[in-house]
Formats: sequence, structure tokens, C-alpha cells
Amino acid sequence: MEQKTAFEIQELTSDEYVLSMGPQHPATHGVLRILLRMDGEVVVNLQPDPGYIHSSIEKICENRKYDQVMPYTDRMDYLSAVSYNLAYALAVEKLMGLEVPNRGRHIRVILAEMNRIMSHLLWFAAYGIDMGALTPIWYAFRERENLITLIEMQTGNRLTHHALRIGGVKNDLPTGFVEGLNKFLENFNDMVDEYEALFIDNVIFKARTKSIGVLKKENAISYGVTGPNLRASGCDIDLRKLAPYSGYENFSFEVCSEKNGDSWDRCKIRMNEMRQSASILRQAIDTLPEGEISAKAPKIIKPTPGGCYAKVEGPRGEVGAYVVSAGTDKPYRVKFRSPSFSNLSALNEMCAGVKIADLVAIMGSLDIVIPEIDR
Amino acid sequence: MENGEEMELIRELLYNSGEPLSEFYRWLHKAWAGFSVPPVFLDLMIQFAVAAAVFGFVAVNALWIIYYERKFSAKLQIRIGPNRVGPLGLLQTVADTVKLLIKEDINPSKVDRVVFILAPGIVFLGTFLTMLVIPFGNGLIAADLSIGILYILAVSGLAVIGLLAGGWASNNKYSLMGGMRSAAQIVAYEIPVLVVILGIVMLAGTMKMGGIVEAQAGYRWFVIYQPIAFLIFLIAANAEINRAPFDLPEAESELVSGFITEYSGMKFAFFFLAEYTNLFIVSAVAVTLFLGGWEGPFFPPFVWFIIKTYAVVTVLMWMRWTFPRIRVDHLMQFSWKYLLPIALVNLLVTAIVIKFI
Repeated sequence: MEQKTAFEIQELTSDEYVLSMGPQHPATHGVLRILLRMDGEVVVNLQPDPGYIHSSIEKICENRKYDQVMPYTDRMDYLSAVSYNLAYALAVEKLMGLEVPNRGRHIRVILAEMNRIMSHLLWFAAYGIDMGALTPIWYAFRERENLITLIEMQTGNRLTHHALRIGGVKNDLPTGFVEGLNKFLENFNDMVDEYEALFIDNVIFKARTKSIGVLKKENAISYGVTGPNLRASGCDIDLRKLAPYSGYENFSFEVCSEKNGDSWDRCKIRMNEMRQSASILRQAIDTLPEGEISAKAPKIIKPTPGGCYAKVEGPRGEVGAYVVSAGTDKPYRVKFRSPSFSNLSALNEMCAGVKIADLVAIMGSLDIVIPEIDR
Repeated sequence: MENGEEMELIRELLYNSGEPLSEFYRWLHKAWAGFSVPPVFLDLMIQFAVAAAVFGFVAVNALWIIYYERKFSAKLQIRIGPNRVGPLGLLQTVADTVKLLIKEDINPSKVDRVVFILAPGIVFLGTFLTMLVIPFGNGLIAADLSIGILYILAVSGLAVIGLLAGGWASNNKYSLMGGMRSAAQIVAYEIPVLVVILGIVMLAGTMKMGGIVEAQAGYRWFVIYQPIAFLIFLIAANAEINRAPFDLPEAESELVSGFITEYSGMKFAFFFLAEYTNLFIVSAVAVTLFLGGWEGPFFPPFVWFIIKTYAVVTVLMWMRWTFPRIRVDHLMQFSWKYLLPIALVNLLVTAIVIKFI
């Protein structure tokens, strides 16, 4: 029997109609389908319908050896591949009791923060398109290209770069990397200021995002919203500060938070986070220790039976990996916690009674990545 | 005779001014009369020739303006823009047009066929007819009607029917929303434009396009007397032709492509052609009403007209590629709550000043 969606079962009043937004729609950032119950231009109710590009990564992971799982973790959040790498690597290292050398941890931080900036820049670009401004994408991509080139120097890949290994990182920083990063960081803050002035502080932009899509603190917490979206609601929780991993306790940075929880606050936070990440990168380059980049991990990884959960602060929120070992060379179960999934679930809370244009603005400000939802 | 009256009207339209184009008509008339061709036939032929010339201009201008926009936006966006087809990519638009021409003409099965096919034609017709009263130079005007500016307002209103029809006939919720939006938007922004133009007509004392330009002779351009009106006109006219930041009817991120979602091939090309010709027309009308039309030193009038028009086109493009899209209720508020009252006050002040000074 064909499965019916919730809206088809519910009866509509004579003023209302169902609009299927996606899976092929320019504003859903991928293959996400959202069923909208509309009254004219106004969204009465909505229901996300994910699953169109489900790739069953968690199941695949059960049939791969521990180190073979790593490339799959890239594919979930292709905009910041390192955050899933890191969560998985930390979980397995915890299971094995492996200690990553200082330099390796440092390089991990550098890569993670570069990924954060890359991801936020891409959000900025895509949000411009969502809001109908077609120019920001080119500026953001110009900056992002610099970082991607550096990452390519380091790992050989540009997007899903598979940079980490269990026990450390694959490559040491190549010659020219630090200089290139320094050159990039030199005028990055000026660029962020300029983009903010051009786009985020624009009158039309403010009118479209201020006090739109308000997510209250209680609601944010009860939906499990994390990352910039939670911090915009007045809850300054950042795992890098709260539960430091990979040596984040050695860097000084601020946790950006705002009060209102509207779309504009979420934008502001991401812009500020880019500045903070740049500051972390500067510190990381200045204090780069010498030594090994990777701990000596055994050729065949066989952790002792048990489970371990590791969480990192990805660009979108808490990225978690729960790895269960049965003592064999393959994980018994790998479960990923993806921030986008929880963030998307709060969409209905924010969108009651808004216009369809606002829905796009709110969804864009949540910064969701579909493969992460459909992992 | 009814037929005779019609012909009189056509002659009235064609020969009513003592300007070069009319001279040319008269000369042609005499020359052909020598071959004892019936005058009705001759007038029809002249009409046809004028129509063909206008159509040719519309097509070539659209080709150029699309190329110009692509290059201009590329400059703003740190890109190169089209540079492969022909020298400097000049033939890119030609290639695109050819591609659109030879594409399969798709009529989705659930559309209202007749209306679906008619809609792009209606939109294009409105645009094309407006082109007839644009004064490109001294006397270089296809038909200098005594009600020129009113005619523009009336004919450009045709586009609403086309857009709404296209949105309705597509049988697609996004298209319908786009069509409804465009109807609301064009009606809302036509009124400030009308009020602003009234002020200009009061200053010029005529609705004739040529007359309005002549009233500004000696560099007494109306933009000096009516700066607020000029701004209102630019904003409202930009909204009327559905260009960003007012491109709500085809808002890509919200409505996929609005009323053109289901259109492809040649029918899409007609919408596209109308859109870019509208851009030119709005700028041309702005130049005629506010910037002294064809007036300028050194260059011939036609060149000046084109230079000024493209300057205004550039400003509109600049707006398009800089601003985010405005929201639909803000758009309505902006027109009814701000533009219209300001335009009315502007009109009142103009009237008082003209009356007492």
C-alpha cells in the first residue's frame, strides 16, 4: 500500500492547499522535500520529508574495518569533512586508549577551523542566493577557494579530503602551507567586515530577517538544536569551551552568542564565528609544536569490546559519533549524531504563520546540509 | 467612409510632424505615387516597414543588452563573463537564441493550451507596442502620438494579463503564485509611476513624447525640477518590470521560476525578450521624461539618446546585482505607504508652484 504523508491524511480547509517544496527546488539546498500547508502565501504548517538521498552510511560502516570507515565520514557533511572525521577518530581513539601527539592535535585544530570558515563562507554564499542577492556567492567563493587550495596542498583533495587517520593526521603540513594561511588570514577580517556591511547590514536584508523565525531558548533546547542556531537563542554553549577536545583548551577565543534567536542573529553569529576561527588559526600557526603527527596505531585495529561516544563542535552544531566494538576488526555499530537533523526538526516551530519567502530565509539561516540528515 | 477615416488616422500618426522621418514618408509617398500605386497600399507598406524596423531594433537591442548585463554582472562578481562564442563572447546571446529556437516546444499535458501559448505573445506584444512611441532622436519616432506617455502606461498594462494568464494556464502552484504576485505588484507600482508622470506632463504641458523632450530644451532637464520624482520613477518602474530586487513573480529561491516555471524554448524566449526590452524601455522613458531625451552636445541626437538610456540601464543593473530580494508584503507596503504618498505630495507641490510662479 502506498504510504500517505501526514498532510494528505489531515483534512484541509477550503482556503488551504498543500505545496510540495522539493525534492527539486532551488532553495532546499539539496534533495530535501518539505510539505507545506499553505493559505495563500502564508505557511500554516509544514513537515520536512527527508530521506531522498539516504546513503545508509551507518550500515556500510558496520562492514568496513575501523580505518576504512574514515572516508565515509567525509561524505556526510561534505562542507566540513573534518568535523565528522574528528568525531569518529576521537571515538575510536578513546576506545583504544590512543594518545594523539601534540603536533597531530594541532594540525587537526587547524584543519577543523579551516573547515569551519569554509562551511560558513559557503553558508554565506548560499544564503545570498536564498535571499535573492546573487553577488555574495562570488565573493565568498573567492575566499573559500584560497582555503580549499591550502587544504588541497595538505591532503590532496578539495572537498571530501579524508585528512585524518586514527591516531593523528595523514600528512604533515607541506612547505608553503603556513605562509599561505598567513597570507589568507592577513586580510580575511577586512573581507568579513566588508561582506557584513554589504549584505548582513543591508536594509532589505534586515527587514527580512529581524524578528523572523524566532526560536526561543526553551524550544531550542528541547528540540536538541545545537551550534550557531542554539547560540543565537541566547544559550552560549560551545563544545570547544564546554568539553574541550583535541587541545582546544590551549586556544583563547570567544563563544559568540546573541539573544533574540531570529534569522538575523543566526547570521551575525556565523560572521562572528569566522572572525573567531581566524583568530584560532593565527594562534595555532604561532604555537605549532614540533614532533610526531600521528600516534603509532596498530595495522589492524581491534579495540577492546565496549562503546564510546565522542562529540565535537562542527560548523552546524554538535557532531557526535558513537562507536561500539565487539572486539573484532570491524565496528559492531557506528551511530552518528548529525546537528542538521535536530536543527531541521525545529523548523516547524519557527515557521508558523510566516510567508513562503520567510520560510526560505529561515531554512537558509539554519544552514542545513542534506547528506548529513539522510546519512 | 470608415476606411477613409482610418487612413486619415494613420496619416495623422505618420505625417503630423515636420520632422525628418515624416519628411522621409512624404518623399516616399511622392516617389511611389509616380508608379500609380494606390495610396492605401502604400501606407500599409510604410506601416509594415516601420513595424519591421522596430522589431529589428527590439531583437538586436535585446541581444546586446543581455550580453551587456552578463558582462556587467561579471565585472561586479569578479568573473570574466561570456568570452568563448565569437570575439569577446559577443555571439554568446546569438548562440543562446539559436538554442532556444531549435529546442522542442513543450506543452505540458495539464496546461490550458490556448492560454498557455497566448501568454508569452501577450507579454511580448505589450512591450513591442510600447517601443513605437520611444523618441530615439529628433523626429526619429515610429509614431509620435499626441497622448504618447498615456499610451505607454496603457499598453504596458497589457503585460499583467500575459503574466497572470501564463501563471494560471501553467497549472502549477508556483506559477500561479508568481502570476498573482506580478498582478498585485504591477498594479501597485503603476500608480506611483502615473502620479509622477502627471507632474512631468504638467511641467511640459503635453503628453507627446517629442513635446516632452522639446520642453526640456536648453538643458532644463526635468530631473533638476523633479529629483524626487526621478527617484520614485526609477524605483517604481524597476518594480513594474519585475527586476531584482523586485523580482518576486519569478523569485528563484521561493517560487522556482514563478510564472515561467513551465515555459521552455521559444515561449520562454519571448518572456526573456520582453523582460530585457522592458528594461530598455523603462530607461528610455526615464531619459525622455527626466534627462532631456536626445539632447546633448557634439554627438547626433540618436547617439545621445542611446548613451543616456544605457547609463540608466547600468544603474538598474547595478541595483539588481547588489540588493537582496524584497519580501512581498514589504513590497506592497513600500508602494502604498511610501512611494504613493510621496509622489502625491510631489505632485501637489509641483501644481502649486506651477500655478503661482
